[in-house]
Amino acid sequence: MAAKRKTPVKTRNPDLIRGVGKYSRSKMYHKRGLWAIKAKNGGVFPRHDPQPKASAAAEKPPKFYPADDVKKPLLNKRKPKPTKLRASITPGTVLILLAGRFMGKRAVFLKQLSSGLLLVTGPFKINGVPLRRVNQSYVIATSTKIDISGVDVDKFDDKYFTKEVLKKKKGEGEFFEAEKEDKKKLPEDKKEDQKAVDASLIKFIEGVPDLKAYLAARFSLKSGMKPHELVF
Amino acid sequence: MPFKRYVEIGRVALVNYGKDYGKLVVIVDVIDQNRALVDAPDMVRGQMNFKRLTLTDITIDIPRVPKKKTLIEAMEKADVKTKWENSSWGRKLIVQKRRASLNDFDRFKLMLAKIKRAGVVRQELAKLKKENSS
Repeated sequence: MAAKRKTPVKTRNPDLIRGVGKYSRSKMYHKRGLWAIKAKNGGVFPRHDPQPKASAAAEKPPKFYPADDVKKPLLNKRKPKPTKLRASITPGTVLILLAGRFMGKRAVFLKQLSSGLLLVTGPFKINGVPLRRVNQSYVIATSTKIDISGVDVDKFDDKYFTKEVLKKKKGEGEFFEAEKEDKKKLPEDKKEDQKAVDASLIKFIEGVPDLKAYLAARFSLKSGMKPHELVF
Repeated sequence: MPFKRYVEIGRVALVNYGKDYGKLVVIVDVIDQNRALVDAPDMVRGQMNFKRLTLTDITIDIPRVPKKKTLIEAMEKADVKTKWENSSWGRKLIVQKRRASLNDFDRFKLMLAKIKRAGVVRQELAKLKKENSS
């Protein structure tokens, strides 16, 4: 094929109405410069020989033909979109966690990870919630915001939170004893990361009266509280 | 058992149902047995069923169906806003609205304040009890 232009040319023949161009065939011949191409090539159109096709690899006949026709699954070109973050959740919002170990705890939202999960921290010293991932659906966003500008969250992503894969030991006798190993200790660098993130947060929190006690307390519904009427 | 609040031109009423729920309006005319023509500084004058209104103690001095300007002047003269906000009914509504708009953090601070106040009251009570018993 002849070399393609970098930008495709808009038609040199504008439509008067749909189906009727402004210029006739002879005018278009002149406009496209076909006369110049012919002149350059000695009075005939240049002819390019077809490029040799790359020979296809020799296909082996399949070993097995199924008895009945096998249906091909339908093509799926769907690309999942990143989870939409609720407008009420902005960096620094205090969130109420609704499920899991930290049910009812109020934690600070840091950022949304690429998987769509929310990165959240207690801060750990205040309420025991570590740097953790949380699903948006299991969270109530309050309107209390905390200044998060002093925190560097770029190094945290989904890979940081994946579980380490255990190497299985093949020995029979050692099998049971190996399982009984004490709980995995949290590596020191994760503890350092936690402290680094929490340092500036805690300073801000202690500047606001009662905020520390607020984050340390758990949320619970009391008698007479109607969730659909509460302003969070 | 006689009635104290009458439907009359100039009676201020509270809307208790519908789009204008919670607004104070003035009855400017009576249309028939069930409906009144009602007006307020921030709404278009329109009819309302009496069942949607709760009469208040406040009346203002206006002619029948006044112009908006006259209505507003009369309301300023009678000082409807301050009278309403100082009345116990008006104050209750303001408190209800404030409580409903409390944030989760505000509710927490309120709880702390209540506990603190209860503690102070209990201390005083204990002191008085001690004085009395001795």
